[in-house]
Amino acid sequence: MTGLLRPRSIGANRQRVDGPAKVTGTAPYAYEHPVPNPAYLHPVQATIARGDITDMRTDEAVGLDGVLAVLTPFDAPRLETGQDAELEILQSPEVHFRGQLIGAVVAETPEIARQAAGLVRVSYARRDHDVSLSADRSDLYRPDEVNAGGETDTRQGDPDGAFAGAARAVDATYTTPMYHNNPMEPHTTVASWDSTGLTIYDSTQGVHTMRQVVASTFGIEESDIRVVAPYVGGGFGSKGTPHANIVLTVLAAKRMAGRPVKYALTRQQMFSFVGYRTPTIQRVRLGADEHGRLVSLSNHVVEQTSRIKEYAEQSCEPARKMYAAPNRGTSHRLAPLDVPVPSWMRAPGECPGMFAPEVAMDELAQACDLDPIELRVRNEPETDPASGLPFSSRNLVACLREGARRFGWAGRPALARSTLEGGWWVGTGVASSAYPVHQSPGSSTATVRFTADRRYEVRIGAVDIGTGAWTALTQIAADALDVPFEDVDLRIGDTGLPAAAVAGGSSGITNWGWAIVEAARAFREKFGAGPSPGDERTATQPENPHTERFAMSAYGAQFAEVRVDTDTGEVRVPRLLGVFAAGRIVNPRTARSQFVGGMTMGLSMALHEESVTDERFGFVVNHDLAEYHIAACADVRSVEAHWLDEHDPYVNPMGTKGIGEIGIVGTAAAIANAAYHATGVRVRDLPITADKFL
Amino acid sequence: MIPFDYRRADDVDSAVATVTGNPRAAFLGGGTNLVDHMKLGIAEPELLVDVTGLPLDRVEELPDGGLRIGTNVRNSDLAAHPLVRERYPVLAQAVLAGASGQLRNLATTGGNLLQRTRCVYFQDVTTPCNKRTPGEGCAALHGYTRYHAVLGASPHCVAVHPSDLAVALTALDAVVRVRRADGERTVRASALHRLPGAHAERDTVLEHGELITAVDLPPLRFAANSRYRKARDRASYAFALVSVAAALDVADGRVRDVRLALGGVAHKPWHATLAEHAMRGGPATVDAFQAAADAELAEAEPLPDNGFKLKLARNMIVSALRGLAGEDAP
Repeated sequence: MTGLLRPRSIGANRQRVDGPAKVTGTAPYAYEHPVPNPAYLHPVQATIARGDITDMRTDEAVGLDGVLAVLTPFDAPRLETGQDAELEILQSPEVHFRGQLIGAVVAETPEIARQAAGLVRVSYARRDHDVSLSADRSDLYRPDEVNAGGETDTRQGDPDGAFAGAARAVDATYTTPMYHNNPMEPHTTVASWDSTGLTIYDSTQGVHTMRQVVASTFGIEESDIRVVAPYVGGGFGSKGTPHANIVLTVLAAKRMAGRPVKYALTRQQMFSFVGYRTPTIQRVRLGADEHGRLVSLSNHVVEQTSRIKEYAEQSCEPARKMYAAPNRGTSHRLAPLDVPVPSWMRAPGECPGMFAPEVAMDELAQACDLDPIELRVRNEPETDPASGLPFSSRNLVACLREGARRFGWAGRPALARSTLEGGWWVGTGVASSAYPVHQSPGSSTATVRFTADRRYEVRIGAVDIGTGAWTALTQIAADALDVPFEDVDLRIGDTGLPAAAVAGGSSGITNWGWAIVEAARAFREKFGAGPSPGDERTATQPENPHTERFAMSAYGAQFAEVRVDTDTGEVRVPRLLGVFAAGRIVNPRTARSQFVGGMTMGLSMALHEESVTDERFGFVVNHDLAEYHIAACADVRSVEAHWLDEHDPYVNPMGTKGIGEIGIVGTAAAIANAAYHATGVRVRDLPITADKFL
Repeated sequence: MIPFDYRRADDVDSAVATVTGNPRAAFLGGGTNLVDHMKLGIAEPELLVDVTGLPLDRVEELPDGGLRIGTNVRNSDLAAHPLVRERYPVLAQAVLAGASGQLRNLATTGGNLLQRTRCVYFQDVTTPCNKRTPGEGCAALHGYTRYHAVLGASPHCVAVHPSDLAVALTALDAVVRVRRADGERTVRASALHRLPGAHAERDTVLEHGELITAVDLPPLRFAANSRYRKARDRASYAFALVSVAAALDVADGRVRDVRLALGGVAHKPWHATLAEHAMRGGPATVDAFQAAADAELAEAEPLPDNGFKLKLARNMIVSALRGLAGEDAP
């Protein structure tokens, strides 16, 4: 046991403590931090996908009134190299992908900087580029490991032989396109580098991560850098690892020697160098006996990476863990391309990797003449199929049953294309969700201090990227200290605070919360219930002894109703309903927002989002929010999120499992399955657009 | 983006004279398209003449029963106007099908007509585009063409015009009133926009310095029986895959008159004259509507990504007309 907290503040429906500041416009986001006499940066980006810069003529730009500096690969300050090719910009004339940052203009106003950037004349020696992902490339390779440390390939039993002999079978290829994270607040950096050190106000998911990377990239001490991020307008993973825009801004700040430099990306630039979700090609094979029990399950995934830095999305994870099957094979293969470096986007691996198997399960249900929920129940494993460990808790079946009850699943027509209402084909679909409980012992430290005005100040370098961490951590601290919520003052978002893990992997509450609990317990142990002003204790999140004994994941079930217009093929989703089992819910209000937000993003993935690469030019051509469609309000009708009361004593003292990402996992499959049920047309390639039903 | 001067127009004549006399000047309406283009380097005017303060912001009844829509009438106001909704529902529906609430609050009638294509290559100055730079080539022709033309395109340009309003005005045979340095002229809505031919850079027949001052809607009694249908990739804030503006006059089971225009299929709002001709005087039946749609689309030349538009357009034409004929149309 982890010594579960007795919940009092935890579980309370608290309004966001940062809400009033945000809605009154007084919460400073990165760009809004007042700095004296700022200068403004606009980048120069490569207009070829591969080659070398032979010349950059900057005289016209330099000559423009108000231009303060122009940086090129030929004169930019030097960085430490050989560590991270994504970040080592302006260090060589090589171009590795179109849109790469190859220069910068710093000027008195953003408008002058933008104009001057357009006056920089770049000459290139082009080389042929290759940005075409396909499953039959001859240069696909096997990465050593995949994101989050998973295995590249797995094999249990004889998946091919068992598949060949299976009574019921599904063998199909599914694809998910490239997606770009588009948080409402674009990536923004304000950097000031003077004799006292380097100060960075950044839109980031982790101030300490950022500081560490900037220190190693610039070859300076972490103690000379301060990173501040009290409020962040969304990240979805794209602000989880530092990208080249930060390096460019700091390079410019170094050149400007003391004068702060501001750089906020344009929306178009969001499609070039701050990460994206790789497209995936997934070949799924399911073999089952006549009762629908899986005898073989495999998913072989092809994805892309950049040639200059490997990123391998762990898309096989769901196939490894969701269902029992004695024979199983999974593999990841990468195509190295002349493209920007893929990175994290909400539920990397789990999200695209749940789509294909969960649609395949729907196809198998049809092949077995079984209800899709019943098929999943029949394949519920007793222990984790990947590790063989027992589950710390697993309530997938309960989620499916509770979802079916709430959604009104009973009486659903077994046959597809059987309901026509007022010019719409109507159908319903279901899919499972899961997301692992990530934890990074030792990553996060917190300090609890009793102040002169008899309040408890809790200090930790966590970041709230809009999730509700400001509020949830205050609730956890209150319970850990056994004091009212109102007695706690939380301090986050600054490297001046104790080090904390990145807001990623749905692990913020697990890592930060546990550190706070440790610090609070140490504080009470030392000072008891009657501390004196100035008393403080600091503690670090410990190892979890149970991670070796149990498999830990959150689970969920997603239900969708889909309508497809009989004339136009247009797809609408009037209803989405999710039921989740994600441990203890710290704050129902912010949790609901996380689940509903994830499901909405899943709807957007199902119906709309697709980054379109023009292979001739080598870049994403629909690079703004008018052309890259994200679900609009009119697309999002009823979205309901519910959760089971789940008590898991093994995950951490709060009993939480992480809720930031599971909401997007499985949504697209539920919608695809509902679209099939509505129309009889099986769409295996996202997005599910009107033309596919004509 | 370059620095520019900004001037508020005091009156129509001086605004027209100013822009006519300066090839680098441009009229500014709601700014929802031009200002984006200035940021992206697609348009580089030295001088903006803001015409939104001119008193051209009324919807007036004309003596013949038609309506005159001032060029500065905001899209939201146009769609909400009671006479527009009553007499020309296709127009109100078309406007509401376009853009988003925020954009419609700002966008003007004249500006809506003169908005430029959303072709992704036109909007990115790092790719060749004949519309932006004549002679540079067309990146779309062998590129991403989901939203591109299936009718009336040329090897120089396969872009489509994005306006919904213009499609409805074409169906209604509206008249565009234009002020120029030496007086006034009128242009039929269906003739305002051009097919690209060898001059993709010219979206419309207007000369530099000509200012749209109003759009006149002719009296058309059966326009009360009209509708706009738009198919798109999301429920709001998306340009048409295909749209249909239709008005139908049926008596005794026969088509007395019909108006039909398509959006999302060509470099201009597509006046479906072949279909209209095929239907006029004939039976108001689904078979006849299908035959008319087929006649209109017979010359279509889809691109690799947009062949679906033919089936989509056919379905939508038939569906819109059947709806107007009454669901019991045989």
